[in-house]
Amino acid sequence: MNYIPVNEQDRKEMLSRIGVNSIEELLSLQIPEYLRAKKLNLSEGLSEQDLLALFKKYAGKNKSNLVCFRGAGVYDHFVPSLVEEIVGRSEFSTAYTPYQAEASQGTLQAVFEYQSMICELTGLDCANASMYDGATSVAEAVLLAVRTSRKNKIIISSALNPEYLAVVETYTKNLDIEIVKIETDEKTGALNKNVLESKMSDDIGAVVVQSPNFFGVVEDMQALSETAKTKAALFVTVVNPVSLGILKTPCEYNADIAVGEGQVFGNQMYLGGLTFGFLAVKKALEWKIPGRVVGQTVDKNGKRGFVLTLQSREQHIRREKATSNICTNSALNAFAGCVYMSCLGSSGIKELAETNISKARYAFNAIKKLDGFEPLFSDSFFFNEFIFKTAKNIKKIEKALLKENILGPLNLGAFNKKYKNSLMFAVTEKRTKQEIDKLTDILNRA
Amino acid sequence: MNKLLNEIKSNRNENRIVKCDVPYDISIDDKYKRQKNHNIPNLSESTLLRHFTNLSRRNYSLSTTFYPLGSCTMKYNPLVNEKIAKFEEFSSIHPYQPEDTIQGTLEVMYELERGLCEVSGMDYFTLQPAAGAHGEYTGLLIIAEYFKNKKEKRKKIIVPDSAHGTNPASAALAGFEIISLKSDENGIVSPENLKEILNKDVACMMLTVPNTLGVFEKKISEISEILHKNGSLLYYDGANLNAVMGIVKPADIGFDVMHINLHKTFSTPHGGGGPGAGPVGVKAFLKDFLPIPVIIKENDKFKVSSGGKKKSIGKMKAFFGNFPVLLKACAYIKSLGGAGLKEASEQAVLNANYVLSSLKDKVSIPAGNVCMHEFVLSSKGHLGEGVKTLDVAKRLLDYGYYAPTIYFPLIVEEAMMIEPTETESKQVLDEFIDVLSKIIEESKINPEVLRNAPVNTYVSRLNEVEAARKPKLHW
Amino acid sequence: MNVPNELFYAKTHEWARKEGNKVYVGITDHAQHEITDIVHIELPEKGKKFTKAQPCAVVESVKSAFDIYSPVSGTVVEVNEELLSSPEIINQSPYEKGFFFVLEMEDEKDLKDLMTAEQYKKSL
Repeated sequence: MNYIPVNEQDRKEMLSRIGVNSIEELLSLQIPEYLRAKKLNLSEGLSEQDLLALFKKYAGKNKSNLVCFRGAGVYDHFVPSLVEEIVGRSEFSTAYTPYQAEASQGTLQAVFEYQSMICELTGLDCANASMYDGATSVAEAVLLAVRTSRKNKIIISSALNPEYLAVVETYTKNLDIEIVKIETDEKTGALNKNVLESKMSDDIGAVVVQSPNFFGVVEDMQALSETAKTKAALFVTVVNPVSLGILKTPCEYNADIAVGEGQVFGNQMYLGGLTFGFLAVKKALEWKIPGRVVGQTVDKNGKRGFVLTLQSREQHIRREKATSNICTNSALNAFAGCVYMSCLGSSGIKELAETNISKARYAFNAIKKLDGFEPLFSDSFFFNEFIFKTAKNIKKIEKALLKENILGPLNLGAFNKKYKNSLMFAVTEKRTKQEIDKLTDILNRA
Repeated sequence: MNKLLNEIKSNRNENRIVKCDVPYDISIDDKYKRQKNHNIPNLSESTLLRHFTNLSRRNYSLSTTFYPLGSCTMKYNPLVNEKIAKFEEFSSIHPYQPEDTIQGTLEVMYELERGLCEVSGMDYFTLQPAAGAHGEYTGLLIIAEYFKNKKEKRKKIIVPDSAHGTNPASAALAGFEIISLKSDENGIVSPENLKEILNKDVACMMLTVPNTLGVFEKKISEISEILHKNGSLLYYDGANLNAVMGIVKPADIGFDVMHINLHKTFSTPHGGGGPGAGPVGVKAFLKDFLPIPVIIKENDKFKVSSGGKKKSIGKMKAFFGNFPVLLKACAYIKSLGGAGLKEASEQAVLNANYVLSSLKDKVSIPAGNVCMHEFVLSSKGHLGEGVKTLDVAKRLLDYGYYAPTIYFPLIVEEAMMIEPTETESKQVLDEFIDVLSKIIEESKINPEVLRNAPVNTYVSRLNEVEAARKPKLHW
Repeated sequence: MNVPNELFYAKTHEWARKEGNKVYVGITDHAQHEITDIVHIELPEKGKKFTKAQPCAVVESVKSAFDIYSPVSGTVVEVNEELLSSPEIINQSPYEKGFFFVLEMEDEKDLKDLMTAEQYKKSL
């Protein structure tokens, strides 16, 4: 297959207007012969039918559509038909970045609505159009905090998702930025305010805390934020947007920057490859934020319209002094998030959070009753993810579950030897009572 | 008509969330509980479908119009690739699934890597970077790590003045200082100018080939030799790879590291701003510095490996990269095959030259009368009184075309950068040429029409100054 | 183009007005015209020290950003904060209401290195 709508006759006419005999001649006018490549050693092109067959073959090698009790950053939530229908519309998906505002009002208004809903969710004043994912949005938040505070020492909770932490370390390694990690309490899995207090000093630019943290534990954000503010540090929160249907908002505990992974809002899991990072800030930081921002304005006739704005922060104008190098972001995935939020509405977003927490608690209580399973943090408050220690053989458990098409909990020992024999479960609204009961049953028999 | 979502009154949206079939258990200590409710209306599916469908009609897109946006390679996005990307066998995969349950997914990535290696001549690829700029950043971190490992302190990067803004921005983010290199009168790099600014501080030079004027760097071998003799590396910005698939391999002509924009050259849709993917390829001597994890093939099994972690730059993004984008690009390579990819580039070059030839008498072409897959024209001195390139761009919207890239590269005054791509028919190009010629004439007879354009779009020209002075960023 | 006689001018289009040992600093009418509609400005903090020709502020239009250089060496003693919320003042009144900040000069001799109105006019 190829997608070239030019036939031989057209080609002849085109070449003749240019004044050359062949495309080869056109190329040889510009590229010295010794630089030319040999024939590409790739297989022959396929017809549409053959292509579908080939990718069906690849697809068949996956064990897919598993009943998923695994999270750790990517979660199995239900995606409404409306999201797929709208996001699949080629008027949205095949447009470029909305540089020509008058011809891009669809995308621009959608981004404006997305920004507005992120502001509603977090309570903050300004959201950008998206970052690549949760991990890079944390990294950009750290850079933003350094830029704003003009201090290069940042405290980060060690209960930040390890993938995120790794990305932050990559992003900061060649810049003059010092990352100070603080450990969570062994018993509660949460940060201790006093530990943070002991690390605070005037040279700290920001404190970065994830809640619910990597272990699923909800942090006492109010206390941590207050502690950070005693030394005038910025408070940066990494939040799961699903949890914001019920948990305190970043604004309510006085956060300056809120970031997180938006996959949970309307995007399928795709190996963790259909993501968007959201990033929201207080008004005072709006001119410092990275990435694109859409603003409302009026046209010549006074009609409301939307444009990319605050552009002098960005790489295409500021070059090496830009607030970030980001250009292409995750627009369409964020748009899925936009349609998803509008689809649920305020009451749906709340209900989503409540259903997640209810189902997670049901599963937690059921597993707690089993022999050989102990909660790792018994009294901590969790949202939709929790950890059990088990004396049983973890490999055997995973095998037994997979046999029943269940993707069981994550073996935390693979991340950190300290958490050997610990299993992390995620339970979203998508899991049914029947599925949870089956999981419990298999765990019991394993 | 022009309602924002929050201006639509809540109606009904029951049963949006699955019925909770376990006891409702939502008691929460007040200190954790959200106090203020959000203000997002509760709307029926039918209401929302109409709202968003109407929004879609206010977009120009590839599926509705010619999109000659220079440097962006807005080529046709094949439907079959979208269909493949929807397979549940791919969409339902969790990133922490055991290797033996994701062999198909890993094979697709492996196959894509092999394909990209063949097209570019590079030895290894990482698929993790999420976009072109992210790829640049990855490539530069690899270069930084390479020199750190050699215990060489090289803190500078050379970037030509014609480069994309992301080049200097990525270099700064990677901790480098930027030296700007002035292009010569033909818009290409002059080896003499390069020698003048080169010293032992220089880690690498970033180069777009063909460059942003659509000109192939003929002296690339000389440039490469000068840099490598100095111990510096050469970085290929792959934004313009669509000009040279099967024609020139970046690795063969001296480049050590490169990124590829899959959302440009490999036909994955741009999504109104993303997601894209910016895989980074390196020559073998840089392999150990690639981000982790990497995918390897052992005894016909695909494995995810974080081995060799010590030298790696680490992680650029959580997990593996933008998988659906990778999947579509892999399907594209398989459907075109080796000969098809070459033909795509050849046709892209032909289309660009055809448009150039047809317009060259009506505007200035600062870089000469032949180009690769795109060209830059200057409208300076060719338009009516007080009319700017911006006005021409806006007038093109009235005729139903998306506008070319304007005011870039910065080294050309009143620039307009046109990239037709290979997936446009001669008729489309002819009509575009006619319209653009007509607009240039119109600017002389009736400049007001251009200055007032567009008039046929959903909104007329928007006040960007007020938008920035008094930012209103949410409802 | 308005180029008041009593001011000193830098090559980079800043002006300086001497009042005792202090100087008011802003950008010229020519500069504001070239930049077009100014939408945002970054100003230095009070108390910050700058040496002559050091970048100390940023002026931004919709599609561009320019560094502003300190015309003399000195310490910032006053900042025109009104510009932060209403940057259009710079376009409307570049020499009066649109001043950026006030410096306490280290050395009055610095002024001698700047251009007079006559010289600046010629340089345009």
